[in-house]
Amino acid sequence: MPLQLDFASVLDQWPLLLRGAAWTIGLTAVATLLGGVIGVLCAWARSGGPRPLRWIAGAYVELIRNTPFIVQLFFIFFGLPELGIRLSPAVASILAMTVNLGAYATEILRAGIEATPRGQIEAAESLALTRAQIFTRVVLPPALRKVWPALVSQIVIVMLGSAVCGQISTEELSYATNLIQSRNFRAFEAYIVGTLSYLALAILVRNLLHWAGPRFLFGR
Amino acid sequence: MPEFTLWDILRNLLLAARWTVALSLIAFVGGTVVGLLLLLLRLSGRRALASLVGAYVQLFQGTPLLMQLFLLYFGLAMVGVNTSAWLAACVALTLYASAYLTEIWRGCVAAIPRGQWEASASLALSFGQQFRHIILPQALRIAVAPTVGFLVQVVKGTALASVIGFVELTKAGGMIANVTYEPMLTYACVAALYFALCFPISLYARVLERKLA
Amino acid sequence: MTAASQPASQGGPVGAAHTRVGAPILRITALRKSYGAHEVLRGIDLDVARGEVLAIIGKSGSGKSTLLRCINGLEVFQHGSLIVDGKHLLHDNARAMRELRQGVGMIFQNFNLFPHLSVGRNVMLAPHLVKKRPGSQNEARARQLLARVGLAEKFDAMPDKLSGGQQQRVAIARALAMDPAIMLCDEITSALDPELVGEVLRVVESLAEEGMTLLMVTHEMSFARKVADRVIFMHQGLVHEIGPPAEIFGAPKTPELRQFLSSLHD
Repeated sequence: MPLQLDFASVLDQWPLLLRGAAWTIGLTAVATLLGGVIGVLCAWARSGGPRPLRWIAGAYVELIRNTPFIVQLFFIFFGLPELGIRLSPAVASILAMTVNLGAYATEILRAGIEATPRGQIEAAESLALTRAQIFTRVVLPPALRKVWPALVSQIVIVMLGSAVCGQISTEELSYATNLIQSRNFRAFEAYIVGTLSYLALAILVRNLLHWAGPRFLFGR
Repeated sequence: MPEFTLWDILRNLLLAARWTVALSLIAFVGGTVVGLLLLLLRLSGRRALASLVGAYVQLFQGTPLLMQLFLLYFGLAMVGVNTSAWLAACVALTLYASAYLTEIWRGCVAAIPRGQWEASASLALSFGQQFRHIILPQALRIAVAPTVGFLVQVVKGTALASVIGFVELTKAGGMIANVTYEPMLTYACVAALYFALCFPISLYARVLERKLA
Repeated sequence: MTAASQPASQGGPVGAAHTRVGAPILRITALRKSYGAHEVLRGIDLDVARGEVLAIIGKSGSGKSTLLRCINGLEVFQHGSLIVDGKHLLHDNARAMRELRQGVGMIFQNFNLFPHLSVGRNVMLAPHLVKKRPGSQNEARARQLLARVGLAEKFDAMPDKLSGGQQQRVAIARALAMDPAIMLCDEITSALDPELVGEVLRVVESLAEEGMTLLMVTHEMSFARKVADRVIFMHQGLVHEIGPPAEIFGAPKTPELRQFLSSLHD
């Protein structure tokens, strides 16, 4: 009987799944915070920074966006030890996710920043605000609001991409799924449950961020 | 212990990169065909069909490509297909690409003003004629740039086929790193080759976007 | 100083000398500005006394907006000097620029309210950040200013919920919150529907009556005639004619001004 599905033996392992899901959320949360900071800094550098900085930020963005995440992760985890930088799987995962999200966030935020009407900046200038104040108080909040949906999508993409981190034995959701199928030999069922768990996480994170952004990040 | 030169590494990677290119093309072409069919289903006006396609898109955009690959790999075996990493990767990437492409194109079609549908309908064109002669030519224009841009996602996506054991660029990189003990150099070369494949496509997509905007 | 009486004394007999006690609040000397090869301002000299109301008129492209934008450093000029309230305008000194701008308010043609902040917070932002005005005091002042422009009840509204005239009045309150010594108005009614122009002009007029130094680029000639102490007619980047409104509108000396004025009646 090739098509007899047995989900019970997968769902029995729910503590493993829950632990994996918690890891996935945790990795994503840290990468989002750090990647967001990188994104803001690089977006500022790209849209208004000095020329060398602008160029460096641009090269970073292009390099990351045009190579696969898994290669970035392997470079960090397997390559960096050659330089004496030995990272635990979790730290390597966070670093890779942060660097990856930072690059996409840079481009997304830059688009929002450059859409700021010139008059907004002039009004702030004539109110004697400093450059830093203008950026953080006048330019950034509306830009963030404008690109928030794109940013949320990207965060979800990075979270889904983090399934690859199981390959360096970070104990996130895909790793847990693999662990379950190696114990009960119900690979297909395990991956169905694992995949649907990701779907649930994606929907959860997307809704959470859409809810939280306007409340905590950029006002009404 | 044999010495490996940079050229040894690069040459082997280049050979493996052919498979990355082949897999990308198959997934992109397959994704285009399936995606177009899905688009027609979605636009057909039947609510049930449209929401079915919507769920399909949600499923593929809301789950990791890696998990999709595993599912296909194990699922094909379950239904008795003599499965291989190559077949599973082709099917999974095709479905993945079709979901994204159909969503991109739906956005492009939605960007065409309603009046265009209404005008062509009032000229007594059938749904197929409206789509083929009025909507498609206009939607195509705005769809080209994001479609080309998505090709970059496909090329990068093929790297995940390495995880189910298909020997393309990333998998070859892992094997070479293991024998040369030079993981940093090897993965740098792997990244450089992906960059060489993807960056021109990205640039081209940007040029198209500027030209057609 | 008796704020309300001063503008009236300025509007007095034709040809009255504009001598005032103390240094002028704004002194522009030999100001030149060009975009590439095109010279927009070709040597402007102008003194403005404290409390004076100046209307700047002229064809589009005559440089009148550019002149206004030079005064608070939104435009960089190449030659000449500009002194506001005793402070030299120095473009490359960010601190000096901010110092100067605290004394120079500006109201724009298209309002430029910050869309992500409520009306109240639009008014309070700069005093909070730049003047470090304490919260309660800042809010009280903002409410007072909004009441003054007739928008007390809009404190918590978002800008996009307001009419153009209301937005512009918020912009005036926002500029006033910095307690500027000079207010620059750059065609502030040009983006408004005709029926909304009046409410904004009334606010500006009340500012003039209270002794605010005002420089306004405007197309509202009857308003300029009524409120201004002096009118400047700009032509091809120069101050072509200057004088009390009665002279400028009643007895234009140059053919350019005559032509400009007659073109308005077509």
